[in-house]
Amino acid sequence: MARTAVSGRLAWRVARLAEIRQETPTARTLVFDIPGWPGHLAGQHVDVRLTAADGYTAQRSYSLAAPSNGDRIELTVQRVADGEVSEHLTGPYAVGDPVEIRGPIGGWFVWRPTDSAPVLLVAGGAGIVPLMSMIRARREAGSKALFRLVYSLRTPAELYYAEELRRPYAGLDISYVYTRELPEGLSGIPRRIDVATLNTAAWPTEFGATTYICGPTGFVETAADIMLALGHSPQSIRTERFGPGRD
Amino acid sequence: MGVVTPGFTGRARGASPRLPPGQYLAEDFPVLSAGPTPRVSTERWEFAVVTESGERRSWSWSELMALPSEKITVDIHCVTQWSKLDTRWRGVPVDALVGDLDTAADYVMAHSYGGYTTNLPLADLLGGQAWIAYEYGGKPLTPEHGGPARLLVPHLYFWKSAKWVRELRLATKDAPGFWETAGYHDYGDPWREQRYQGD
Repeated sequence: MARTAVSGRLAWRVARLAEIRQETPTARTLVFDIPGWPGHLAGQHVDVRLTAADGYTAQRSYSLAAPSNGDRIELTVQRVADGEVSEHLTGPYAVGDPVEIRGPIGGWFVWRPTDSAPVLLVAGGAGIVPLMSMIRARREAGSKALFRLVYSLRTPAELYYAEELRRPYAGLDISYVYTRELPEGLSGIPRRIDVATLNTAAWPTEFGATTYICGPTGFVETAADIMLALGHSPQSIRTERFGPGRD
Repeated sequence: MGVVTPGFTGRARGASPRLPPGQYLAEDFPVLSAGPTPRVSTERWEFAVVTESGERRSWSWSELMALPSEKITVDIHCVTQWSKLDTRWRGVPVDALVGDLDTAADYVMAHSYGGYTTNLPLADLLGGQAWIAYEYGGKPLTPEHGGPARLLVPHLYFWKSAKWVRELRLATKDAPGFWETAGYHDYGDPWREQRYQGD
């Protein structure tokens, strides 16, 4: 299991908001300038710390949404009800405002441009964020690794990165699963990810593919269990779960 | 004090003196695992302690159930910043499993079904500080939370409480486990906020 060693102390750095991209009514991508950023791998995350005027602090973990780009990093933050950090970052937080960030963190749920094996990405809702970082890293590196993405979301309005995902890229196949409401013009009924979905999307077991699954706990448990039942080895399946309590 | 983010106020102050720095209260019980959840039946389940000289002692599920157990009510703290107070467990104290083994080891590598590992000082597993836990909230521990049995070391960040624990290997030298190799702290004291190496 090759992993990234994080050497030395992970320092808090001051990052300033450079740009906001609204992804959905409740989620936005935040582009930060963060001088001295050491770079990161697709799939890694950071800790974000907010400090109030009286010294009160709150910190949360967020996935990086895009590959390393000098001193610029991107996070996509979903507003969570009663989430003190996400409510600020998706609300009053404005271009030029500082936060503190440290990272990168996590060396297991990562994709490297040197990885040549086929990849299956399985996203549940906001779980698309670290997987999008992998898709973007693949594109930037000109990688020929074959990618498939299964993206499960409740309604079409909750789609992140809509414009970018609509553009076709050679070697990236995308299928969508809508659990509550289908896009206009699409026939069928809303459904959850199931054996048929993943049996169609998964690479044949002998391809030596890696599967990355990210989403809410129940979604990840279901998808990972299906992949095991389809004969994929536990070692080929990497997961990142966030419970409903994650802010 | 860190850099102030203008307009950020945050929640009510002084929510609980039982929250370590950087943590927030979770009402639910989030799950953090690196891969699929291993399903280990209690018929197949076995737990072992292995000393540095290779002496091995093992327990089947029924043998573990026959040992005196304790009810434990503790606060738990995950490195991903959530904490949960007054969680209720039942388990066998590690003292009862390691206690009279002949060892000069100072460290332990916990191994799990599914391949997960994490390293701890042996002293942190003894003295009524750690358990092999098999009940949560009065019910059998579910697989996603580490069932049938997990290590419970509540005074350290929760990744040290290895889910699906299978073996404790005693060692005279410390070596990093799964997350520790990826940059997480070797000890992981939440009160000193030892999240990552160098903290």
